[in-house]
Amino acid sequence: MLKKYLLNQTFQAIRLRPVFKGIASFATVQNPTAGRTYGNLKDEDRIFTNLYSRHDFRLKGALKRGDWYKTKEIILKGHEWILQEIKTSGLRGRGGAGFPSGLKWSFMNKPSDGRPKYLVVNADEGEPGTCKDREIMRGDPHKLVEGCLVAGRAMNANAAYIYIRGEFYNEASNLQEAINEAYSAGLIGKNACGSGYDFDIYIHRGAGAYICGEETALIESLEGKQGKPRLKPPFPADVGLFGCPTTVANVETVAVAPTICRRGGSWFASFGREKNSGTKLFCISGHVNNPCSVEEEMSIPLRELIERHCGGVRGGWDNLLAIIPGGSSVPVIPKHICEDVLMDFDALRDVKSGLGTAAVIVMDKSTDIVQAISRLSDFYKHESCGQCTPCREGTKWLMGMMSRFQKGYAVPREIDMVEELTKQIEGHTICALGDAAAWPVQGLVRHFRPELEARMKAYASTHNEKELSKFSSAAPGLDRFTLSMV
Amino acid sequence: MLRFISRPGGLKRLTSLTSRGKVGSSQCVPEFTFQGIRAFSLSIPRKQQVEVFVDGNPVKIEQGSAVIQACEKAGYTIPRFCYHERLSVAGNCRMCLVELERSPKPIASCAMPVMPGMKIKTDTPLVKKAREGVMEFLLANHPLDCPICDQGGECDLQDQSIRYGTDRGRFHEVIGKRAVEDKDFGPLIKTSMNRCIHCTRCVRFANEVAGVPELGTTGRGSEMQISTYIERTLDSEMSANVIDLCPVGALTAKPYAFSYRSWELKGTETIDILDAIGSNIRVDSRGVEVMRVLPRINDEINEEWISDKTRFAFDGLKRQRLTTPLVRQGDKFIPISWNEALSCVAKEIHNVKGTEAKAIAGQLVDVESLVALKDLFNSFGSDNFAIDGPNSSKIPTHGVDFRSNYLLNSKIAGVEKADVLLLVGTNPRHEGPILNTRILKSYLNNGLDIGLIGHAADTTYEYDHIGTNSKALDSILKDVHPFAKRISEAQRPLIIVGSGVLGNPDEAYVFSTVAKIVNKYKPKFFQDGWNGYNVLQRAVGHPAAYDIGFIPSHASSQTSPKFIYLLGADEIRPQDIPKDAFVVYQGHHGDVGTHYADIILPGVAYTEKSATYLNTEGRVQLTRTVVPPPAASREDWKIIRALSEITGFTLPYDDLPSLRDRMNDIAPHLTRYGVIENTSNSQLGIEYLSELAANSSDAKLNPIIQDFYMTDSISRSSQTMAKCSAAFIKKKREPQLQASS
Repeated sequence: MLKKYLLNQTFQAIRLRPVFKGIASFATVQNPTAGRTYGNLKDEDRIFTNLYSRHDFRLKGALKRGDWYKTKEIILKGHEWILQEIKTSGLRGRGGAGFPSGLKWSFMNKPSDGRPKYLVVNADEGEPGTCKDREIMRGDPHKLVEGCLVAGRAMNANAAYIYIRGEFYNEASNLQEAINEAYSAGLIGKNACGSGYDFDIYIHRGAGAYICGEETALIESLEGKQGKPRLKPPFPADVGLFGCPTTVANVETVAVAPTICRRGGSWFASFGREKNSGTKLFCISGHVNNPCSVEEEMSIPLRELIERHCGGVRGGWDNLLAIIPGGSSVPVIPKHICEDVLMDFDALRDVKSGLGTAAVIVMDKSTDIVQAISRLSDFYKHESCGQCTPCREGTKWLMGMMSRFQKGYAVPREIDMVEELTKQIEGHTICALGDAAAWPVQGLVRHFRPELEARMKAYASTHNEKELSKFSSAAPGLDRFTLSMV
Repeated sequence: MLRFISRPGGLKRLTSLTSRGKVGSSQCVPEFTFQGIRAFSLSIPRKQQVEVFVDGNPVKIEQGSAVIQACEKAGYTIPRFCYHERLSVAGNCRMCLVELERSPKPIASCAMPVMPGMKIKTDTPLVKKAREGVMEFLLANHPLDCPICDQGGECDLQDQSIRYGTDRGRFHEVIGKRAVEDKDFGPLIKTSMNRCIHCTRCVRFANEVAGVPELGTTGRGSEMQISTYIERTLDSEMSANVIDLCPVGALTAKPYAFSYRSWELKGTETIDILDAIGSNIRVDSRGVEVMRVLPRINDEINEEWISDKTRFAFDGLKRQRLTTPLVRQGDKFIPISWNEALSCVAKEIHNVKGTEAKAIAGQLVDVESLVALKDLFNSFGSDNFAIDGPNSSKIPTHGVDFRSNYLLNSKIAGVEKADVLLLVGTNPRHEGPILNTRILKSYLNNGLDIGLIGHAADTTYEYDHIGTNSKALDSILKDVHPFAKRISEAQRPLIIVGSGVLGNPDEAYVFSTVAKIVNKYKPKFFQDGWNGYNVLQRAVGHPAAYDIGFIPSHASSQTSPKFIYLLGADEIRPQDIPKDAFVVYQGHHGDVGTHYADIILPGVAYTEKSATYLNTEGRVQLTRTVVPPPAASREDWKIIRALSEITGFTLPYDDLPSLRDRMNDIAPHLTRYGVIENTSNSQLGIEYLSELAANSSDAKLNPIIQDFYMTDSISRSSQTMAKCSAAFIKKKREPQLQASS
């Protein structure tokens, strides 16, 4: 009997594997260079050298660290050259989606129809667990200012708008300071760096809505409207800010551009696995001995990242329960996956999670995982803009169910139902907030179903059966006969 | 192609087509042939047709259309809540999701433009699942109060949940359903915001069509609400269209709440006559009672909207009605029989000389009764006719010889083709709200430039206020005001003169100066069928009266009448009626005119007869009988016909077809329904106007309509309109009064 069961399992595995491969093979590297290990980035290869604000953030300090070095030459090489370097570097957007930046920026260089073009920098860093952009803006604001100029030149933009999260007061003031210095030093503004290229940078402080970090909602907010995502198409590269071609890019993406141009795209591409190249800021928080933001090589194994930079998991690696590897929006992965997963876009996608913003949230065994995910559902319910139906209604529904699951006040059938609900939200909304709300719950159901079931069992054993009967009629797969019995 | 060439001017068009080189395909030719002469110089580039496949069926559609339109064209119904053809796309209900080949996610078909070769799938498990999912989410927070909801039976949510939803609900959350406080949108719109599904149709309508940008959304996520933020009513005379737009029962009609179920009603397609627009409507009745009025689609007139007066004034049809002939005895009216009443009137007619009899027509009269009354009066030697209103007992200044001098020549839809608009002595928002929405549409979409001379009213769009007095026209004629430059640079300028100018001391000056401005830019105002000179009539009876020559002759306007026949005339002032005159009032309501009457003959209202009406464009339309006339009232032309027999001047028609034959003899266009007869010699008409006396006393061009909700006998009898007047008009005036005192 057991053998038959095992055989059956093997069959399923055989049947399933090609499907998995099929999904994974879109961008996954099939044959990573054998024997190569990633991580242990050397200090000379770090881009952000004042991440911890130990040195002067102002222009003087920035110049010492090599910012604004030969920027004029970069500008004068023209947009084709910059774009080529960025493409060679394999830089992928650092805001979460991981879209190839060189390709994205090249959409802006269609023949001009007279409208101005804008670069919008998304500094509305609101993803729970993420704290990388604020470190850049606080310690290395000139990296961002210079990046705006370089990225702006690559897309021939007339101006850059930096939409900064309202709560980031110090960051905004440091950044404004840097912009002022750059203006007075002639680095930006009219005839930026003496290159003959005019480029302005403006800061706009948001009012603290998570949804304003979505690119089109950010544009709406920047225009002075309610931060509600726009329908796409038209994409911002056609009709964006004030109806003009616009590219929205993350702070980190923009800030690494000058260094890539200076040191060469191939230098940047030498880090990490193919198609996931570069260095990356990781923000590790939660149950580690030494939470930190650190720049590391892409594709560093998750375990090494935690043990090298954070002093390991609180109470040792074996005390680990699960990790959310890329900010609150991505599904949680349990310990056995964390053992050997690499921190890059494709490796994490293969384990049905994502790199997101590389905000690693570590949870040890003291964590109530259901409560943790329930708290995230709460967050997404609060931050949904309310524009489209699945997200507006779905996030509230999810929140309600998750708060019941926390107590176990539910029936096991509802686990399938909640998963189905997340599938009804995912992919049916205008923006990705619906997906972001759905994924953490999906991750929970995928990896912690026994935990959920145990809670429900415990609850049912201490409570009246009648109390739960209404939920059993709600669960899917109940036939009419059973319904009439209920 | 042959048909095309055989048309006059066809060859010319053909060359211009090829020279432009853009449109060579033969498929667009038939479209041109239907548009008449005017289309021949239209230079709108035809949009390219693209072919897409809906469930494998090829369909051709204009580039830039939405996928949902392609699906509709291919004959597939796509469920939707937020999408509406006449509003901007919101794409937020997510009900219209369809599958697109090579797209991993379903797409919102209302927001996705068609691409050549697109393969759309509307009937796949993915689409079915998506619709079920959205439906479930919508119902999660929707109260299940259909049994007490006025929308029940015609509710999109109800219908679509039956068609596309699952068969059972799974929402059993302990936190319960959303609860939202109801809003106060005024006396017309009843709100039940728990039912709202946030489609934002009302918000888009208010912003884009009605021009009240106050309505919007506040809050976020499931706390999002449709509101004006600071609690206030929806101050628009188009506001109640949101009731039709609302796909659920969140916005329903307040005046007739809980009074019917939609399946009890019988719909009759007819037209509205409470303004001179002639909106196409459907009147729903139950038994002998009119229960509600809804708009009917007519792209040339009202698109899909009607004004609040059109929609809600019908309760006036049930009050103050004249139901039996009445005769004045002392200060009382005593019911008498039809026979007695008509004999009495006939006796009075015989008592006076023909020239001493005068007929005054009102705002709501139909062409049939006008023609019959004119024929009757002519037959006993009177040609003293007038329409009610200030200064209207004399021949109208613009004359009636040139039809184009008193009609809206460039048509209601023509406003969308204009690029500069000058309003003279008119507030279209009150005199023709439908026209006003067109102006707003053009202002928002085409960047129409608007100038206004006259009372600076709130028109919902911005305009250059050139002046309040008639002299301001001079600054346009003499290029003093910057707006004159706009007219000179315009491609298709438009001038709309309000009918209220008639009766102004400077009426001759206004008409002649406007005519001079038109003359100055003649090639622009008159081009290939386009006539940029317009008069906006405010009452449906007026263009009809002008068309059949219901005006006094020079001689008769001097004599003091001894017998006055008021045909629904209610804009009567004491000085219009000599003390010793015998007054007959024929009409359907006991309104102002009846106060002067010695004998009252009860006629019927527009919902109770089939009659011909002209709108301000000169478009001829028919009403249909919705409900039978009340009590002893009779159709108006029949009363006149009966009277003619008793007086001995028997009219030669005794049924409607022969009366309409007679109308056809007078003016053939009066029996051509739905179309607008082109006016001839309109340039000569302008010449005639420009030669009028040109002295200005710099009189103020005052608004003719003080209270939009109280303009005629029906709306004055309506309780709903009285409430609107109190809520919207008086409320606004009060602060001004306080400020002035």
